[in-house]
Amino acid sequence: MATVTLKPTKVPELMFEGYSITPDAFAGKTPAQIADLPGHEGKIVMKLGDFFEVTGNAGDTAADTNIVINGDCTRVKYIGARMTAGSVTVNGNTDMYLGGWMKGGKIHVKGNVDSFCGIQMQGGELVVDGDAKNHVGCAYRGDWRGMKGGTIRIKGSAGNDIGTFMLGGTIIIEKDAFIHVSTHAEGGTVIIKGDVEGRVGGQMVKGDMYVLGKIKFMMPGYQKVGTVEKEVDGTKATFDHYIGDLGERHPKSKGEIIYANLYLKAAA
Amino acid sequence: MPKLIKGVGCPYCGSSCDDIEVLVSDDETKILEVHNACIIGTNLFHHANDATRPKLPRMRQPDGSMKEIPYDEAIDWMAKTMLKAKKPLIYGFGSTNCEGMSAVGRIAEKSGAVLDNCATICHGPSFLAIFDNGYPSCTLGEAKNRADVVVFWGCNPMHAHPRHTSRYSIFPRGYFTQKGQMQRTVLCIDPRETDTAKLADHHLMLDQGHDYELFDAFRTVLRGFEIPETVAGIPREKIKESVEIMKKAKFCMIFFGMGCTHTDGRNHNIDHAISLTRDLNNHTKCSIMAMRGHYNIAGPGQVWSWQFGFPYCIDLSKGSHAHMNPGETSSVDLAMRDEVDCFVNVGTDAGAHFPIQAVQHLKKHPFITIDPNFCMASEIADLHIPVRIAGVDEPGVVYRMDNVPIQFRAVIKGLPGVPSDEELFDRVYERMCELTNTQPIWLAAKEHRKYPHNPVVS
Ligand code: SF4
Repeated sequence: MATVTLKPTKVPELMFEGYSITPDAFAGKTPAQIADLPGHEGKIVMKLGDFFEVTGNAGDTAADTNIVINGDCTRVKYIGARMTAGSVTVNGNTDMYLGGWMKGGKIHVKGNVDSFCGIQMQGGELVVDGDAKNHVGCAYRGDWRGMKGGTIRIKGSAGNDIGTFMLGGTIIIEKDAFIHVSTHAEGGTVIIKGDVEGRVGGQMVKGDMYVLGKIKFMMPGYQKVGTVEKEVDGTKATFDHYIGDLGERHPKSKGEIIYANLYLKAAA
Repeated sequence: MPKLIKGVGCPYCGSSCDDIEVLVSDDETKILEVHNACIIGTNLFHHANDATRPKLPRMRQPDGSMKEIPYDEAIDWMAKTMLKAKKPLIYGFGSTNCEGMSAVGRIAEKSGAVLDNCATICHGPSFLAIFDNGYPSCTLGEAKNRADVVVFWGCNPMHAHPRHTSRYSIFPRGYFTQKGQMQRTVLCIDPRETDTAKLADHHLMLDQGHDYELFDAFRTVLRGFEIPETVAGIPREKIKESVEIMKKAKFCMIFFGMGCTHTDGRNHNIDHAISLTRDLNNHTKCSIMAMRGHYNIAGPGQVWSWQFGFPYCIDLSKGSHAHMNPGETSSVDLAMRDEVDCFVNVGTDAGAHFPIQAVQHLKKHPFITIDPNFCMASEIADLHIPVRIAGVDEPGVVYRMDNVPIQFRAVIKGLPGVPSDEELFDRVYERMCELTNTQPIWLAAKEHRKYPHNPVVS
């Protein structure tokens, strides 16, 4: 395994589109070649070297390339987007589209991330130690095939639109979430360990949701069907089991209608 | 002898009334009387008589004052400023014709700009819902001729679209609705008791910001399931009664406005409304329509979708393809995140409509306003370029709220020397081509152009 270290040297005036910051783009390149990789700032094509000091070496393939960014990337978009293997560690914050469309590998951000992290994700692991803004693991506008696989773990809280149009994979929010969880989802699992304001599972067809805190406003289309014991991400608890969204269409499997499941931690 | 011009379109609200009659002076420079229009439309036409209308561009001077400059100088400054910027933002187009919207596309491409329209702060979320869920809509003519149940959800046409109810939705007698209002049941869903709500047969006064839950309750009831005792502050029985009215309709028409698109959830509220419309079609005929605000705000959606594939928030900075993702490429977000370094406001008033912080961010960079009149955006701008008023002294195509194109006409002669939006943008484009040593690309000969250049058509 080889490690490339990027040190931010300049804050972009507009936002810098760091779509070249992926193990796939870095693999097999020297630090000078990496510094020469492109990225847009508005309509101007800049180079990674304009904003970062590049040291270390890349591996031969993406799988044996680790990228470590030592510093703040609040104004850098698309870090780790479309990566297939290897790892990216950011010791700071990042802007939008962190790990968007990613297929494999691991991303670890020690700070906060902006919106659209893990958008259309297909595989791999994405961990954020801080908070995420809106649209975690959601679909791109107009696409009915959202997140398909992989795991997103946000250790802080998240905003609205979590797992919209999700088809597979897992999203874990360790603190609170605002509104719209798994809207339109047809698969996948979302776990929220804190409280949610509302709109959990609206227009949802299939898939699972776990809420360990409280839901302030329940969707009227969900009905309680029982109580179950479950272990969720290391926590064992009793959950009230709801099915829904009864207002939405649902497929049939072996003669039975499939509903989405909401497991809400039962009041002690 | 004053002349009476009939079949004039009103360039104000999304109703785009095309039955206006205007009496103009002999020399076609003054508007004397306006018939059929509502008070807003009438005033708009009379406003064109204002003798203080700007006739020359004005440039901000180092001492903060504005000085009149010739058009050529303004065009040169605008072309240079936009080419120099890393990411200019062109925003507006609520109140201009499609010809102008089409012409601005060339400038946007040439300068690698973000092209956005007023939908970004009004019906943009409706577009996102339409992308996600389709748009089972119809024309206003169908609403007039068929609808016997009309639902106004989060909109107040009595104030925002004054003649909407009399021309299309509540009062008119249509082919299957010969008894007019007598035959129509009107539902209003609004947290306030608006004048539209007062007119309605049923007013569901929901808790503000809970439209999504209420749509879900409607759909759940429609599928025969039980719902909680109250949803969004509305009792279960009232919801069931409303669903029954919609189900029993011969043709149910849902109109929605800003109350849905700009409360929490935004596009999801509309998305759910569209799903409800689809569900209702299992029982009867049902259609849905966005209450677009301005007379031609549906225009940029049509024109730019055809040109670039997206209706709004179009980022052309890559030069190779258009990128669109509201939240990132939407005007207010771009401004708040300091992502643009030049702002062009066309035919709207960002100074009055944007959050003050967004305007403060935009003001750090060159700020250009293109508008026939003085407005807040023109008074804070570095450069204000006046143009003719589309629909008053400049003809053009407009799209009504139901996306029906209407040819609007000019009723008076334009101010001498003042160009239309289209002419202005064409001239800026030509100047940009001169500055970058490139050949302008025209897809069609512009035979009607009023300024002296002979473009090469490729
Ligand atoms: S309703 Fe709208 S379009 Fe019709 S006259 Fe009034 S302002 Fe003009």
